[in-house]
Amino acid sequence: MAIRDRWAALLLWGAVLAAGLAAPSFLSGYALSLLGRFLALGLVTVGVVWTWGYGGILSLGQGVFFGLGGYALAMHLKLESLGSDPLPDFMVWNGLAHLPWWWAPFRSPGFALAMVVVLPGVAAALLGVLLFRRRVSGVYVSLITQALALAFSLLLISQQGLTGGFNGLTNFSTLFGLPLASSAAQRTLYWVTVLCLAGALAGSHRLLTTGVGRLLVAIRDSENRIRFLGYDPVPSKVFAFTLGAVLAGIGGALFTLHVGVISPAMVGVVPSIEMVIWAAAGGRDRLLGAVAATVAGNLVKDWVSSAVPELWLYVMGGLFVAVATVRWPSVREIALRWPGHVPRAVLGEEVADA
Amino acid sequence: MPDPLLVVDQVAVEFDGFRALDGVTLRVGPGEVRALIGPNGAGKSTLLDVIIGRVRPASGRVVFKGCDLTRLPEHLIARLGIGRKFQTPGVIDSLTVEDNLAIAARTVKAWPRGASTRMTEEERRRIERALELTGLAAKRRARAGTLAHGERQWLEVGMVVATGAELLLLDEPTAGMTPQETARTARIIRELSGTHAAVVVDHDMAFVEQLGSPVAVMHLGRILKEGDIGTLRRDPEVVAIYLGRAHEEAARAPA
Repeated sequence: MAIRDRWAALLLWGAVLAAGLAAPSFLSGYALSLLGRFLALGLVTVGVVWTWGYGGILSLGQGVFFGLGGYALAMHLKLESLGSDPLPDFMVWNGLAHLPWWWAPFRSPGFALAMVVVLPGVAAALLGVLLFRRRVSGVYVSLITQALALAFSLLLISQQGLTGGFNGLTNFSTLFGLPLASSAAQRTLYWVTVLCLAGALAGSHRLLTTGVGRLLVAIRDSENRIRFLGYDPVPSKVFAFTLGAVLAGIGGALFTLHVGVISPAMVGVVPSIEMVIWAAAGGRDRLLGAVAATVAGNLVKDWVSSAVPELWLYVMGGLFVAVATVRWPSVREIALRWPGHVPRAVLGEEVADA
Repeated sequence: MPDPLLVVDQVAVEFDGFRALDGVTLRVGPGEVRALIGPNGAGKSTLLDVIIGRVRPASGRVVFKGCDLTRLPEHLIARLGIGRKFQTPGVIDSLTVEDNLAIAARTVKAWPRGASTRMTEEERRRIERALELTGLAAKRRARAGTLAHGERQWLEVGMVVATGAELLLLDEPTAGMTPQETARTARIIRELSGTHAAVVVDHDMAFVEQLGSPVAVMHLGRILKEGDIGTLRRDPEVVAIYLGRAHEEAARAPA
């Protein structure tokens, strides 16, 4: 029985992945770019599940890591689209004579791709060690990270000649030599996004259902108890926080590619809170629920903000209040309420023997 | 007398000018059980906090197995072999009984090996022993959050034992228990004596009597008297701080 369930699970998720990969053949170019964008944000939400859902660290500054990943790739795209010009347009407008030294290495695609992971990872690890060793926790972590998100977006705006200022980095033409606007590039980009998300989900599921997840839950629920059993909670928390940041960075880079722009408005306080809301709506320690909520929530956002633009902030505020006060059933609970139809193995749960 | 396992030497603790501990000296030998009684605010829990490194003493030393604890971080003190059971049960509600014990039983707790689920023979043995000791074997797959209050207390005792600690610090292990559960807790602790040393803090005189171990009475941050429970019950000073208080309360209560 258990083995048959496990096969059913593999088959079902294989089918979902296949449908995801086949989407370019039945979705319009616009719908595909929208879906790709939302799946990239789903990657960020997987990161929130790590930091908040399992690490118990409510970071309201995920936008910083999202932005570091996004800007790292955008800097490369900007340099790649220069052609014969010596400097990006916005630098010329701001009277810069030379390319800043820290921009130069981003000419290399390999370096830029590495920085998508390294910059958010190192930033989060340093911040994590500082905060968690001093036992900063709870609402103080939220306040500090939110302040960082604000400071980060203000810094980007103020350094117009170096960062593109309020408008951010945009007007990209090619990625690794391929014209970005071509449908071939769009499709490839979409597939890369789907595979990244699938990999992140599968990998996270594997880690979270073993000892790493168990220890994180234990620390989240009773940090003192665990400390006095002989564990140092700091490495576990830094690990979850760093992994969450790296996922946010990769999501940010993919998002930048899908949208064609990264700007301070996408990395500040409001987008950072949005990232947390999706995880809260889907169940902060439920990988699938959180990703589903991200896609569904962004669909609603897209629809509301184009139909009645001034309404969106109210909808988001209402949603924030709703997820904070009402206990929603998880995807798992809904699935299990259909008796016999959804075997537990499909949801990635241990199937009891016998 | 064999070399003591734990030596608390002239420990003083001050909270904002209030002397919570005022020169406490206590020795516990290997495998020896010691009950610690005294009225509220006498400093019993603070003494346990000092031993596990949660509170740092203003003066004095705590030495365990020849090692000075006063500057070690908490998790390293725990790894040396001191386990503390807190007053309110600190079990992880969302994990199963077995997982709670497995986390406690890990022999290597440094990251990342401490976060693995692969178990050694020794760890399996520790878990089985804790399950047997606490009588929770039948509920090993149950989530800790679904246990009754008394069972949660036992589970936490089991976790502390499963760490392999040589010294157990049990803070009010019978709080909120029925008389039957209290008697069972006393049996569990008696069974542990000999292999584990323990300092047991409790208010419940009946329980302390069932433990049958030497008793230290604390009052105003000091150890006032040490001896067996029978003698202490007849001691006028102990009666004054303990029973005297009860008499006062009885007198104050409306007849």
